[in-house]
Amino acid sequence: MSTNNTSYWTVFKNGVFGENPVFRLALSLCPAVAVTSGVKNGTLMGVAVLFVMVMVNATVSLIRNFINPKVRIPSYMFIIATWVTVTDLVMAAYARDVYKQMGLYIMLIVAFAIVLSRAEVFAMKNKLIPSIIDGAGMGMGFLLALALIGVFREFLGKGALWGFQILWADGKPVKPMLIAILPAGGFFAMGLIMGGLNWIDRRFFGGTGSGGGAH
Amino acid sequence: MGEKVFTIFIASALINNFVFARYLGLCIFFGVTKKMETAVGMSFTFTGVMVIGAALNWAIYNYIMTPLHIGFLKIVIFIGVIAAFVQAADTIMKKVTPALYYKLGIYLALITTNCIILAVPLINADEHYGLFESMALALGSGAGFSLALIIMASIREKLELADVPKSMQGLPISFVLTGLIALAFLGFSGMITL
Repeated sequence: MSTNNTSYWTVFKNGVFGENPVFRLALSLCPAVAVTSGVKNGTLMGVAVLFVMVMVNATVSLIRNFINPKVRIPSYMFIIATWVTVTDLVMAAYARDVYKQMGLYIMLIVAFAIVLSRAEVFAMKNKLIPSIIDGAGMGMGFLLALALIGVFREFLGKGALWGFQILWADGKPVKPMLIAILPAGGFFAMGLIMGGLNWIDRRFFGGTGSGGGAH
Repeated sequence: MGEKVFTIFIASALINNFVFARYLGLCIFFGVTKKMETAVGMSFTFTGVMVIGAALNWAIYNYIMTPLHIGFLKIVIFIGVIAAFVQAADTIMKKVTPALYYKLGIYLALITTNCIILAVPLINADEHYGLFESMALALGSGAGFSLALIIMASIREKLELADVPKSMQGLPISFVLTGLIALAFLGFSGMITL
């Protein structure tokens, strides 16, 4: 039993650290820049992706023996599209104000390479429980990455976190660097965080420090 | 009418440029801009698929989905239509113009799950655009994306010669570069008020 637990934990940890979808695999970058002008939006987007990934991996894993290998990619696409529609409708109903800002990006989860690639690489070859763990790990890695970028951008851009003002001067909110929440700031934050993680990896862990270097 | 179509075209190409202002299509944007040749090939394929895909989806949305009240299925249906169309284009091109196929065929495979290709029909549906407006959005987005690809490819060719710190090599420095271009594109905002 304990070996089983360890392997589940390894699978989960791999998604969060070893193969972090955003910083390591450099997949699905669009939302990483688009919705992270605030911690709240980034986190909600992460939750949406987490939900979709767990459900897609579970569905694919359950019906993997019935899918003809020749039509597996279209099958994944329809499974993903179905779960994205579910997420989309739920968010439109219960999180109206957030949905107005990022509805388009929620719908575009369907085109995320990371969801499709986990279905193909992992869920198609594994049983239900490991597939769910893998989806949860990858989704969690994605959520943490988005939240991290969101923290940097919201703090620098607005002096706030999760919508609460933190930096004050003479009773007025301080905005240290407005550029951080502008479109350009997203790209800067992304590049610098990725570079910083590479540096930490090379300096302290003896890695090659080539996250995203494949591109 | 004509004025609105033109406005949509300019706005989607420059002000709301998909890469620099809406951050879509980044995977392909960073993937194919290492060489000028691939960037140009991708631009043509992309714009073509986008315009035809938008027209097909516009027709299906307005003549089939709206009368049947199945608008909520748009994600599933649009992605199916685009995948089927790209597959068909792939097969037809291989048969009819093999020369063109060997030049542009590889890009077709990459395009199916691209976010911009899917985003254009979704925006058209949300904004209730007519046929000409949808076409203007598709063409404008294609032009904007091509512009972004070509600018980035020409800068990255120079970047090969630059001395970049080891940790920043590859994707990180490309992100910073894109940020600088996005900063320049901010200058277009406010040019037209929609």
